[in-house]
Amino acid sequence: MIPELGHFALALALALSAAQAVFGLWGAQRGEARLMAAAPPLAAGVLLAVAVSLGCLMWSFAVNDTTVMNVVQNSHSAKPMLYKLTGTWGNHEGSLVLWVFILALCGGAVALFGRDLPSRLQARVLAVLGLVTVGFLAFTLGTSNPFERVWPPPLDGQGLNPILQDPGLAFHPPLLYLGYVGYAVTYAFAIAALIEGRVDAAWGRWVRPWALAAWAFLTLGIALGSWWAYYELGWGGYWFWDPVENASLLPWLAGAALLHSAIVVEKREALKTWTVFLALLAFGLSLLGTFLVRSGVLNSVHAFANDPDRGVFILLLMMAYVGGGFALFAWRAAAMAPTGVFAPLSREGGLVLNNLLLCSIAAVVLVGTLYPMFADLLLGQKISVGPPFFNMATFPLVVPLLAAMGVGPMLPWKRARLWPVLQRLWWAALGGMAALLLALALSGWRVLPALGFAAGAWLILAAATDIADRIALFSRPRAAWARARGLPRAAWGAAVAHAGVGVTILGLAGMGLAQEKLTLMRPGDAATLAGYTYRLEGVEDVTGPNWTARRATLTVTRDGREVTVLRPERRNFPVGRMVTTEASIHTNWLVDLYAVLGEERDGGAVVRLHHNPLAPWIWLGAAIMALGGGISLSDRRMRVSAPAAKLARGQAPA
Amino acid sequence: MSARLPEGMERGGGTAPPEAPPRNPWRRRALLLAPLGLAAAAGLGFLGMLRGLRTGDYDPRGVPSALIGRPVPDFVLPPLEGSGRPGLAAADLRAPGRPVLVNFFASWCLPCVVEHPMLMRLSRQGVPVHGVSYKDRPADSLAFLRRHGNPYDRLGVDEPGRVAIEWGLYGVPETYLLDREGIIRWRWAGPLTEEVLRHDLEPLLRRHA
Repeated sequence: MIPELGHFALALALALSAAQAVFGLWGAQRGEARLMAAAPPLAAGVLLAVAVSLGCLMWSFAVNDTTVMNVVQNSHSAKPMLYKLTGTWGNHEGSLVLWVFILALCGGAVALFGRDLPSRLQARVLAVLGLVTVGFLAFTLGTSNPFERVWPPPLDGQGLNPILQDPGLAFHPPLLYLGYVGYAVTYAFAIAALIEGRVDAAWGRWVRPWALAAWAFLTLGIALGSWWAYYELGWGGYWFWDPVENASLLPWLAGAALLHSAIVVEKREALKTWTVFLALLAFGLSLLGTFLVRSGVLNSVHAFANDPDRGVFILLLMMAYVGGGFALFAWRAAAMAPTGVFAPLSREGGLVLNNLLLCSIAAVVLVGTLYPMFADLLLGQKISVGPPFFNMATFPLVVPLLAAMGVGPMLPWKRARLWPVLQRLWWAALGGMAALLLALALSGWRVLPALGFAAGAWLILAAATDIADRIALFSRPRAAWARARGLPRAAWGAAVAHAGVGVTILGLAGMGLAQEKLTLMRPGDAATLAGYTYRLEGVEDVTGPNWTARRATLTVTRDGREVTVLRPERRNFPVGRMVTTEASIHTNWLVDLYAVLGEERDGGAVVRLHHNPLAPWIWLGAAIMALGGGISLSDRRMRVSAPAAKLARGQAPA
Repeated sequence: MSARLPEGMERGGGTAPPEAPPRNPWRRRALLLAPLGLAAAAGLGFLGMLRGLRTGDYDPRGVPSALIGRPVPDFVLPPLEGSGRPGLAAADLRAPGRPVLVNFFASWCLPCVVEHPMLMRLSRQGVPVHGVSYKDRPADSLAFLRRHGNPYDRLGVDEPGRVAIEWGLYGVPETYLLDREGIIRWRWAGPLTEEVLRHDLEPLLRRHA
């Protein structure tokens, strides 16, 4: 009964979102207030229906209802409850329901918080969101019904892929989807602006919080996925330039460009066409990721369903939204004349440079990701584009980006002189140089990691300088606290996020100095890596809820003193007959000691040891970036409902 | 803060005279059309891939082998002492009369353990499976087969890994399908899974039977 209720709720949501699309578009076109007023309650109805549906699916997983095909294929009664619930979106059908739920959540948010939007704009935005919802609901109901029944029911399910049974991965998809789907809202705003033929500062003020929130969630989602790969896959790596990883990086890059260019629209009423284009692009790239993962056109650990029929459906959806958006863009964008004048050396000039560099990086990643697929299709050649290409091609773009990131926030709007800004950044530059020389000396003249240390130090110090400068910390220290409190949250957010990038870069640089060792150890044997001694005490059997494992005990000492005990495992999941490695990691935040247990033979065990300096900083930095986004979101200016008077006060120079 | 302009002046930017229209409106039009064109081209490409997936012309998972459509290269491998199975040589694969599988494995390779039940099942179903133990000590290979079962009719030992180079081995495990004339028809780099068996291998076995 419950699964039928969920199925019905999905169908109801389809009808409601179709109405939301039609009423919104028609009402806004005709200027019929009553039709337009129907869109927000309809959006709330869609949200309710999809929430009921998702709840029903989760319930089916929670009670392990083996009459539901999806549960049979992806769950098992012996699985811990957390993974039964999160397993709801660990498969193609369930993840689509989650996707639509988050989309409906965004629609509900626009309906609720958008009361102060011009009613036409709100109706059109909701209508476009309704159109997107219609497409994805039709896809779910038509090709991927999550509530499909199976009769007679098997005794138990087939289990979830064990490497997905992990807390990090349980929340990786929802965060990623919050990011991807958040760009559906900026997309809807862009389409609405194209239909109206008007982009103004108010539009920019509305788009920016959505771009910011989507970007912050995407940052967290990508970081969580990368962290999971680091500790679960047991290769000691954190980013593999896998096509699906790239597919999540692309909207992140476009979205980062978007949230910066939206500032220019808001402050200077310039870059309008470009910002609208970025909003279309960010959502288009999100859809591209969905297509790549779910259509089976590429080979990846992340690939979901290998069903060409589904692939065709998603392709059609993607072409409708992206193609439709770009067609509207080609037709209407010319109407949006720029009104601002532009000096290349100014804050807005810096933001344009940021956009150019971010988009160039995105273009490189896009080409590197799609090239092997198109080479296979058109030339019949199997080519693999791997990390060397991506590292080489993005490096010359990342260097100026990081250099400019320190300077940009300190440039004044309209017209700036570079020299006074550089003078104030003197200390940050000196700090970067010191980090470079120190790293070179300590790492034995390894240039690339040292450059990373320099860039990280530069970014963090430049962000600190920016804040110190704005609150006049050194020139008038007494008033600094009051000034700090009065400083717009957006300025704090930007500085924190930029410093977060610096922290991540430091982590990447540290990982450039990682060491590893593969040894065969018998109980009592010891191995030394980077000054730490690892002694194998023994290997024993352990049992978990749905697995059995071999667990090694390694005592780690340094200079004769015990540092920690590492317990890497090899888990065997009888359901699904799979073996996973559980790396054991000890961190003191400066270095990760990382051990993986391999096969056992000749009375010993193969043990892989990694020494990963600053590894946790990679994800710590991402969390700081997202925090910066959050701080910026709490800015008064972002509270779009705030009346103009309050707005001006919040923004006035402190 | 002195560097920042006061609020009023920032807003003043909005009233600045609009830029002169671009000299060449056609160029602007073309630029605005470019995203649509690129997206359409990519869409057509993806459509081609999806069609290729169905017809088998496009396969993202297969790693190509130069040997597809050719007989196996010349080689002779000694048997694994103690396994009770004869060794493997190219002569055994020239015209086997029915499709056979050649599987490269090693005891140190984890995915080999994962795929082993599939090989056992194929062998029970009567599909001839020949094995090559790759860069592995004979004692270890033997222990591996004692523990997991021996699906192989013939078993060669390639401890230096030289024959594997002739075959263009990508890694272990790797499996080749030879038709009844001894022509290599299919190569799978990676573990054989339930899915691979159902989607790829079993249809091929039926076709070449």
